[in-house]
Amino acid sequence: MKRSEKVIESFLFACSLLTVLTTVGIISVLVFETARFFQVVPIWDFLTDTEWSPSFSKDQQHFGIMPLLAGTFLTTFIAMSVAVPLGITIAVYLSEYASPRVRNIVKPILEILASIPTIVYGYFALAFVTPMIQELFPGLGLNNFNALAPGIIMGIMILPLVSSLSEDALHAVPRMLREGSYAMGATKFQTAFKVIIPAALSGIAVSIILALSRAVGETMIVAIAAGNKPTLTFNPLNQVQTATTYIVQTVNGDVANDSIEYKTIYAVGMSLFVITLLLNNISFWLKKRYQQVYK
Amino acid sequence: MKIEAQDVHVYYGQDHTLKGVSLTVKKNTVTALIGPSGCGKSTFLRCMNRMNDLIDNCHVKGNILIDGVDINSPSVNINELRKAVGMVFQKPNPFPKSIFENVAYGLRVNGVSNKEYINDKVEWSLKQAALWDEVKDKLKKSALALSGGQQQRLCIARALAVEPSILLMDEPASALDPISTSKIEELIYNLKASYTIMIVTHNMQQASRTSDKTAFFYMGELVEYDDTRTLFTNPKKERTQNYITGRFG
Repeated sequence: MKRSEKVIESFLFACSLLTVLTTVGIISVLVFETARFFQVVPIWDFLTDTEWSPSFSKDQQHFGIMPLLAGTFLTTFIAMSVAVPLGITIAVYLSEYASPRVRNIVKPILEILASIPTIVYGYFALAFVTPMIQELFPGLGLNNFNALAPGIIMGIMILPLVSSLSEDALHAVPRMLREGSYAMGATKFQTAFKVIIPAALSGIAVSIILALSRAVGETMIVAIAAGNKPTLTFNPLNQVQTATTYIVQTVNGDVANDSIEYKTIYAVGMSLFVITLLLNNISFWLKKRYQQVYK
Repeated sequence: MKIEAQDVHVYYGQDHTLKGVSLTVKKNTVTALIGPSGCGKSTFLRCMNRMNDLIDNCHVKGNILIDGVDINSPSVNINELRKAVGMVFQKPNPFPKSIFENVAYGLRVNGVSNKEYINDKVEWSLKQAALWDEVKDKLKKSALALSGGQQQRLCIARALAVEPSILLMDEPASALDPISTSKIEELIYNLKASYTIMIVTHNMQQASRTSDKTAFFYMGELVEYDDTRTLFTNPKKERTQNYITGRFG
């Protein structure tokens, strides 16, 4: 091999090595600090205790992750309830109904939603959506900080992820399947929902799971608009603290570097990491297992 | 006459793909459409169930009468038309569903919900397509697990389930091995008793084996249309002669 080729090859290798090392570094810090946390707090308490109060005095400290996960799941659930039906409907419209012209205009505009900074979304939820809901439905008793508004806004933020990736999946369904359905006398609607969506299901599922892990990891919107009181609740009108919000607030607060409080952020971070890793693996597996191959 | 095409023109944007084709087809016959690639035979076939409507900027002119009704008139319900004029495609295109659901699809989209009726119809269609014996024990299995030849017969069964009177076949055996091909050809022969069949093929032997009449297309024009035997043994046009003897195409 020529020398220059060798130089290029080692450079490329070094680049890929760098990312691998970074990943290994991050994971080992997480694992190491989490392990130290669990030397003090039994893992069983961490998983089952229903209270989260690391900042309280020693005798009242509780380290149950459940309230934080409840906050995360609640906001994520609301976001998914917005993003999935809306996103798939939009995807079907764009792929099956819209003319190429409309499609080429609407799709990029939709994708702009994904490039709005999440901090802007956060303020939008806090300063616009919450007051609006309070005004429209005064009987609800919506807290100034609540899970509902940031959940909805998060749903809009991840909407393009669902609609765009699902649209790609629908669009990739071979033309001959559509023709096969139309040739049976099926309408556009029947073709879309009975043939095209089932054929694109693995791609749609992948888009949903990616959106899900994005929502689970989302920080700014919930940190601004969902509140900071860890509550084990599934009531969207209450304020909640998500796992990510907790980490942000603790990192910004004045906690001693080696205190148990400080170590909690690694344990919480580890939990989030495990959840998103799991979700990403499921999506990878789905893609591999259920992708229909048409020759 | 089952089908009467009168001066049919098709344009894809600026391309004038079909240039005034007229022909008539009798009930319960097989008509083969032959010709080199791009001659317009598939385009003509796809006019019969208005499949060309799905393509943007495609325009069809001229009259196509099926049982005396102009299928391009605004009063014709396109879904009803496609139900009456079944189609089998070049490549097998089963839906990602079970074998049973593939055949039941046409019934379901046409609003049939009677379970017993659907069961009977699926069995009947699969028998018509000579596939029943091979799949009767695995109707719940995915259609994509079948072999190419079986998939194509499944697609024929699927088309038959809605009881069309015409069956369009666009090179139905071109993606299949010789044994599967001969099964399809046998099937075409048997189906003739109940259906009017129009088949596009690149295979001269197939055209001569299966069809009663043959239409030779070239450059968007219908060059010659005659009884299959006459066209293959005693063609009137030199171009037809050259094509069927393999001198071009």
